[in-house]
Formats: sequence, C-alpha cells, structure tokens
Amino acid sequence: MPALREKVIFEYSRPGRGSRDQWPEEVEHPFKLPENLKRQSPPLLPEVGELEAVRHFTRLSQMNFSIDTHFYPLGSCTMKYNPKACNQYAMLPEFLGRHPLAPESHGQGFLTCMFELQEMLKEVTGMQGVSLSPMAGAHGEFAGVAMIRAYHRARSDLARTEIIVPEAAHGTNPATAMMCGCTVREIRVAADGDIDVAALEAAVGPHTAGIMLTNPSTLGIFERRIEEVARIVHAAGGLLYYDGANLNAILGKVRPGDMGFDAIHMNLHKTFSTPHGGGGPGAGAVGVSARLLPFLPIPIVGRDAERYRWLAEGDLPQSIGRLSAFMGNAGVLLRAYIYMRMLGRTGMSEVGDYATLNANYLLTRLKQAGFEAAYPQRRASHEFIITLKREARELDVNAMDFAKRLLDHGFHAPTTYFPLIVPECLLIEPTETESREVLDAFADAMIRIAREAREEPEYLKGAPHSLPVRRLDDVRAAKQLDLTWKPKEGV
Amino acid sequence: MSQVPADLHYTKSHEWVRKLSDGTVEIGITDHAQHALGDLVFAEVPDKGRVLASGEACAVVESVKAASDVYCPIAGEVTAGNPELATAPELINQDAFGRGWLLRLRPASAAFGALLSAAEYEELLRAEGS
Amino acid sequence: MAFIPHTEADVAEMLAAIGVASIDQLFDEIPASLRVRSLDGIPAAMNEMQIGKLMSARAQTDGRPLCFIGAGAYEHHIPAAVWAVATRGEFYSAYTPYQAEASQGTLQVIYEYQTMMASLTGMEVANASLYDGASALAEACLMAVRANRKSKAQRVLVPRSVHPHYRKVASAAAGNQAVRFEEVAYSAAEGRTLASTLARFDGQDVTALVIQQPNFFGVLEDVDALTRWARERDIFVIAVVNPTSLALLKPPGEWGAGGADIVVGEGQPLGVPLCSGGPYFGFMTTRMAHVRQMPGRLVGRTVDVSGRDGFTLTLQAREQHIRRARATSNICTNQGLLVTAATIYMSLMGPQGLARVAAASHARTAELVAALTRVPGVRRVFPSPYFHEAVVGLDRPAAPVLQRLADRGILAGFDLAEHYPELGHALLVCATETKTSAEIERYAHALGDVMKAARAA
Repeated sequence: MPALREKVIFEYSRPGRGSRDQWPEEVEHPFKLPENLKRQSPPLLPEVGELEAVRHFTRLSQMNFSIDTHFYPLGSCTMKYNPKACNQYAMLPEFLGRHPLAPESHGQGFLTCMFELQEMLKEVTGMQGVSLSPMAGAHGEFAGVAMIRAYHRARSDLARTEIIVPEAAHGTNPATAMMCGCTVREIRVAADGDIDVAALEAAVGPHTAGIMLTNPSTLGIFERRIEEVARIVHAAGGLLYYDGANLNAILGKVRPGDMGFDAIHMNLHKTFSTPHGGGGPGAGAVGVSARLLPFLPIPIVGRDAERYRWLAEGDLPQSIGRLSAFMGNAGVLLRAYIYMRMLGRTGMSEVGDYATLNANYLLTRLKQAGFEAAYPQRRASHEFIITLKREARELDVNAMDFAKRLLDHGFHAPTTYFPLIVPECLLIEPTETESREVLDAFADAMIRIAREAREEPEYLKGAPHSLPVRRLDDVRAAKQLDLTWKPKEGV
Repeated sequence: MSQVPADLHYTKSHEWVRKLSDGTVEIGITDHAQHALGDLVFAEVPDKGRVLASGEACAVVESVKAASDVYCPIAGEVTAGNPELATAPELINQDAFGRGWLLRLRPASAAFGALLSAAEYEELLRAEGS
Repeated sequence: MAFIPHTEADVAEMLAAIGVASIDQLFDEIPASLRVRSLDGIPAAMNEMQIGKLMSARAQTDGRPLCFIGAGAYEHHIPAAVWAVATRGEFYSAYTPYQAEASQGTLQVIYEYQTMMASLTGMEVANASLYDGASALAEACLMAVRANRKSKAQRVLVPRSVHPHYRKVASAAAGNQAVRFEEVAYSAAEGRTLASTLARFDGQDVTALVIQQPNFFGVLEDVDALTRWARERDIFVIAVVNPTSLALLKPPGEWGAGGADIVVGEGQPLGVPLCSGGPYFGFMTTRMAHVRQMPGRLVGRTVDVSGRDGFTLTLQAREQHIRRARATSNICTNQGLLVTAATIYMSLMGPQGLARVAAASHARTAELVAALTRVPGVRRVFPSPYFHEAVVGLDRPAAPVLQRLADRGILAGFDLAEHYPELGHALLVCATETKTSAEIERYAHALGDVMKAARAA
C-alpha cells in the first residue's frame, strides 16, 4: 500500500533526540513534587532535531492549497490577498510581547489602534457601538443573539424566544439561536431569491425575538426589500441581526445600520483580510444600534480625554458579559486595523466595486459557456451560484466531481452544496484582488471540465488525479475512527 | 423508487412501525430515509426500559453528510434497541425494514390512528418528488 | 488601491463583456436611498511605508517592560522556527480543510496535534481547538450536560480558585442554555479546594465538577481526592490544566481512580506569543466514549481510492454546517494557525524540552518568591506547593505599588483586590524560564525601594 507522502512526525523520533538549542538549562534543584502528583511516564511528543522538524512541517505546508499559491473562489469565505504588511506590523515585538493584563499606561499604542478600529468599523457599517472581543463569526453571532435576548428581557418581554431564519441561511445561524436558548423558525425564500414577505408577515408576532439575515443573502443576491423586512420585524417588536459574512459585496457602498439592522457581526478574517490560517484564528467584532449599546460584550476600548482605557463590568453593568479570557484575538484585530488604514476611505468602496465587478464578469463568462445560473435575472453581488443539476441529470456528474476536477486544474474549488436550497450548486466568490486573467483561466477550466463530462465522465469522476491523495474514503474515516497516531505494539 | 412494504405503518418523518406477535412494535427508518442519508456510520438507539412519548426524539442516525434524529411514532416503553447497529450501522442501508430495525417497544395504548398507511406514505413520497 | 490589480483597460473590457456602462450600474438593484455617499469618518488611505512608520511609533510608545504577570497567559521562549514555518503562505493563507485532497498539510498537522494533546492530558482523543481556554471551559460544561446521562440537574460546581475570567465566560456562554453554576469556596489557609468542602453536595444531583490544576493562585490542588469524590457520585470531572505543567504533573486522565471526563485549557504557553491576549487557542480532550458529544473539528486518518493513506475531517455531522439547530456547538472558524504553531513548538521541545521549561519555570518562581519575601512588608500567602505562580501579600494596597514599579519598567504581577478582596493586599506573581537571576534581583530591589518610599510618605 503506498505510504503517506510525508511520514507522521512520530515516525522520525529517536530516543534522546531533540532540538537542544531551544531548551533551557537543567535546574540545580529539581521540582520536589508530592509522589501522587508526579507524572510517571513522559507524554508522546516527537524527539527530533530542529532541521528534521523544520523539514517535516515545510513539506506538509507544500501539500496545501492557499491564497498565496492558488485562486480560491470559495463563496461566502472572501479569500482575498492577505497583505504581508498586516502580518509584519502586527508582529512588531512590542505588540507581540505585551501581556493582556499589562497596565493601560503601558499599552496606549496598542489601545489607540483598537479604539480607532472600533471607530472605523462603526463608520463603515453605520452602527453606534462596536465590541472587538468575539473571536470568530459564530462567536459574534452568539453575542448578537444574546444581546437581542438581553434587550427583550430587560423590558420584561419574556415571550420573545423565537428567531426567524431564511431557509438558505448558513448553519451557524440556527445553531447560534439554539445556543441562546431560542427556537428557530425557518421561512421560505421566494422564486426571485428575496425573502417571501407574506411568509414573514405571517411568521412575526409577540413571540418574535428577531430575524437573522445576510445581505447580500447566501444566494449571492441583494435582498431588495430589506427596508420593508426591517419595518415588518420592528413593527412586530422584534430586532434585526445581520450576519456579516457577505459584507465584502457592499463595503463602502451600503451600510447595515442604514438598512435597519440592530446587531451585526463582521468577519474580520473575510472582509478585512486577516489570514484564514487553515481554520482560524478569526475575529467576529459586533456592532449595535443605540438601543443595544448597554448590552455589548466586554471589554471595549473607551477614551477619557486623550487616554484610552478598557471599559468592563463597572462601566457596562448590563453587558452580556465576557466572551473571552482577555480581550479577544488582539493580533487579528491589529491586522484588520492595518488593512483598514491602508485602504482608507476610498479603498473601502473600491473593495465593494471590484468584488462585484469580478463576480459579474465571471458569471457572464460562465453563462456564455452554457452553465446555468441559479438566479439568471439577478445581478451577482460579490458571489453567485451556478447549479449543475442539468449536468447531474443528463451526464451523471455532479458538483462534487466538478469541484475535485478543478483541483487538478490548479484552482481551489468553490463552495459546494451550500446554500442547501439550490441542488448541485457551486457558490463562487472571486474577490476583488484577482486579475481578469485568473478569472478567464477559471472559466476556461470549467469549460474543459464540462467537455470532459461528456467525453470522459469516468476519468472526471475519479478526480482529483494530480494531488498528494486521490478521493478519500470519508465513510471509513467515520466508522473506523483513527484520530491519534499510536506506536506499533512492542515499540 | 424506494421500497414501501404494504404491511407496515409510517410517519411523515420517514419512520416505519411493524406490529409484532407479542404485542410489541418494531420501529425503524424507511428505505427513502436511508437513501437520503447515504452510508450510515453510526446509530444510537435507546436503552431498554426508557419510556418514550409520541414524537419524542428517541434515536440518532448519522452518515457522513447528515445526522438525523429519529422520532418515536407512538408512546411506549422500550423493550430493546438493536444491538447489531453498534458495530454494523450499514444494516440500515442494506435492510432498512429488516435487520436494520432500530428499537422495539411496548405501546402505551392500542391507538395507531395517527400513523400513515403504506398507500398514504407512498403518496407522500410522490408529493415530495422522489 | 485596495490591492486591486485591474487597469482601466481591464475594467472597460470587463464592463463591455457584462453589458453595462459602469461599475455603478452593477449596484442598480440596491435602493438609491441606501447608497452611501461618503465615509468621512474613515481617514485617508496610507501606503505601506506610511503605515509602517505609524505602527512602529505606536509600538515604541508601549515598549517592552519586564513582565512577571501570569494569571492565564505565560511568557515562554518561542523558537524562531515556530513562526517562521507557521507564517509560510501555505499555512497562513489556507482555508479550513474542507477539500481534503487540497489540504493534506493542514490535516496532517492537526492529526499530529490531536495525538500530542491526547497524550499530554492522558486522554484518548482531542479536537482541533476551540477559541481559548475560557470558552473551552464553557463548551466543556455544555458537553458534560449533554453527556452525563445520570444527571438531570444541569448543575456545575466551580471552585473560586478557578480563574475569575473563566468563570465569567462560562456563565456568559452557558447561562442562556439553563446551566446553573455554583461556586465552591477554597481554603483560605491553603489556597486550594478541600474535598471536605464538597461534602455539602452529598446526595444532591450535580452534573459536573470543575478542577483547575494548577489553580488560579498557582497552587496544586489535591486532584485525586476531588476526582474520587466526583466519580463516586457519577459527577463528571472537567479538568482545566496548564499544558507546560503536564510535562511534570500527573495528567487528568490519571487523576483519582478513573481520571477526568473532559479536559480543557489554554494552549497559549505552547509557542504562542502574549500579544495582549490573543489569538490563543483552547484545547479539549476526552475519552472515546464521549467523542460524538465533543464540539469542534476532528481529523481522522483514512485511505483514498488507490489505497494510499490520507487525512480528512470526520464526524462532521455533529457540526453546525450539517446539524444546524441540533449541532453540538455553533463553532465554525477556530484557531488553526495557533494549533500549527503549537504543534511545531511541541515537536521542537519534545518531552525533555517541555519538562525543562516546566522545571525552570518552577525554579525561577521559587527564586522570585524568596527574593520578594526578603523585602520588608512582603510575605508569602499560601504555604502550599505551587507550579510557576504564587500569591504574595503586601502590608499596603497593591495598586499604587504596581503602578510605581510599572513606571520603572517592571510589570510586577496581577492585583488580586478586585476578584479576591478577602486576601487583603495581595498580588499574583509569576516567573518562567525567560527570567534571569539578575532580572529577579532587579524586581526585588525595585520593590524594596518602592515599599520603603511608601512607608516614608
């Protein structure tokens, strides 16, 4: 059986080996621990030299697709270029080495950046207050829904426990509602892609805590009747929550606060270009309208004259509380700050402009090539959906097969099978940092794959062919759980 | 087109019920359901003695792409959970109405009225477009 | 320009292909009343040279004082290789490994990480991280409620010797789902939780007991006695641990008879810089029996269609993007890059290196406590054994003393007045392997000066 391209690191271990230059000196008097608290056998950690470790992890990195190496049109993920300057200046030693509990007198530089970030995020989203502490989009969602619940409770309106969610919503939305002790009611999307307003009117009432929406929606199109939706929900006594996953489409062009939203989260690792890191860290800053200001999660940065300080329990007694041990993902926030300062006021709207231009251009090329858009009459926002249901029916090749074959062509696949309401879909988001040549090359690859679907479907269905592994057996992965490496018997 | 044995009762959420000769009933998920889930990797069934209300979530079936609650079609006390599923959840895919049964229970009452007949279930599947 | 490569010619051709006259026309579905006129509150754009100067000036303002604060975030030497490799573009700018064939690097790193954390904590399986130690504790409490079938009360006991911010976060996160947290007092004499204090819960329905080791005061808890008490009553044990300490301390999997049920903690000490509090990462490990109740991602080893081994995300049916309202948690993005850094760190340190860091940190703290308690007006508060932090008491309020020392470039410790007023004037001090004897002496000397001046005033 062919082995792994790169061994698991434990297989390089030899007893007694180690990166000794990294170890402190042995101590004169060893730690006198009570016997019952002492560790009896060492943990399973690698025993390798420094070069071996560096080589191993470098080789692993070379098996990854990444923005630095590949076009990555994942819908709703906003895989735009992560500027190196953001990393370099966020990692200045003074920022990197500062303890979270260091006094404010020794952190005015850092706190100035955080305060200005709060202010810029307020301005670009049209909200009245911002907290930077949630550590990911889903975390921000939790804060948003928790604030809405706290608002209703503070007014003794305890019946409001239902959150409305469109059927096309991202999975974090209903999961978040549940985590906040709410029930979820899904409402249908109309044929033109906008929310079914009649269904919404029927769904709201004295039990409605609020509605969670993305705009542009997860279908990649602008919710044209958003002002009406806001009116209906507010009139019924509910609040509006904005999932900021698609903010890139409207950055600098439209503001959630102006659309009527009461609470929003922003995905700084999407719209504000902080790195995705193979699964994080993100940052899910939240913004609120005036009525939710008292409930913001702490801490937030405040200003007295020209000095910045943390506002915490004493300053916001009605806050929903602390969401992290310290103040959230500070290093990520610094990167977002640097990015926003580099963009400046003109750069913000350039993001919305060019993200939308690129998406509409790519959609045009694919439609011209014969692919079926899910909402052909609508403008693309920063992303759009192609449905392969016809190809699946006529040729027995599906969205998964296209996605895997794109990998062979040197493109990361778009988002597949989301949103759930469009069958065999690809959700494609090019972002504004891609050149026209890249978009053309992607469209050409899709055309070649469609031809292959007719002429060589079996080869297509076996994709990918050119990567470190072929298609993986995920049924076996779930049934025969192998989640940790184990040394062979007797070793 | 999925199988729909004529001698069983069904629910809208794709469970089936079989009356056994000793007065207990056997419950599982339909062929349509197992097909929609794909290859099953895990099934959790209730313990003997557990008392269930009608509509209560009583089991979980999990595939690579979905994890679904199974809702108890009628109230009663569990007499057995299928022990084979712990090591072979794929029995549900292979034989959804036979060896893939999930649980057996003693019904609290004789009322079967709320359940669908085979014909009614087939109509439901047709309406759902499968 | 916002890193946008388009020339005017590109734009013209693209607009022509789409069939519109201007980019603005692409926004014609949006009601005009919603369109932003201008963003006056955002400053003008800066180029890279300009932002570099600004950030350097701000960093200089903050400087690099000598740090003796622990309290949940610890300064350790981070080998240069850790971040040189972790910030490679292929790790830094990669996405979550949903397309497994294109992400074998990230997936294998996580598999190796899972192996290391499971072993370090003495458990059987680890997830791919949560946001931080505090939110990991919140998730563990929710998981215990789901997994402990023998309890209906949804009641979790939390000693006051657990980090105060962790207790706040657990209650903010889990409070909405009707989990009740109850405080358990610590022994004022010893600075740790006594099993006899738990006696008042005998016979009651309790879902879980949280045990932090070392506790917030740095003191070593009697984990065997506490674990035995809980397990004898079918109460889940949630361990909150420091990963460096586990190189020398008995891991939670071996506590009492049977070990802890869920283990969480803050992974920051493993190669992650302090950076004002984040990004860090929370780790969670447990037994295989509870793997399906564990939130967050899991990587499993499997084979591909040609029989070659490979890695993929598994048990995803528990997660938000499939299970939706019935998910174990709503977590999506976690702390992937920090896990990568920690895995490289643990590979460079190995079991011996990590043990040296733990031993040196304890030794330096012992040296620090000895030096500080030689200063008149300073005393050790708890006589109990500690890992790498200790509480010292002053004969006057700590806050002004800390500020004077900060003005001299020394961050002397964490003032306990806000969270533990019953301890009087006290601060929590920490020294790791990064502190030299000269630096410890500098702190003690400065403290002597400050205390003397305060007495004279």
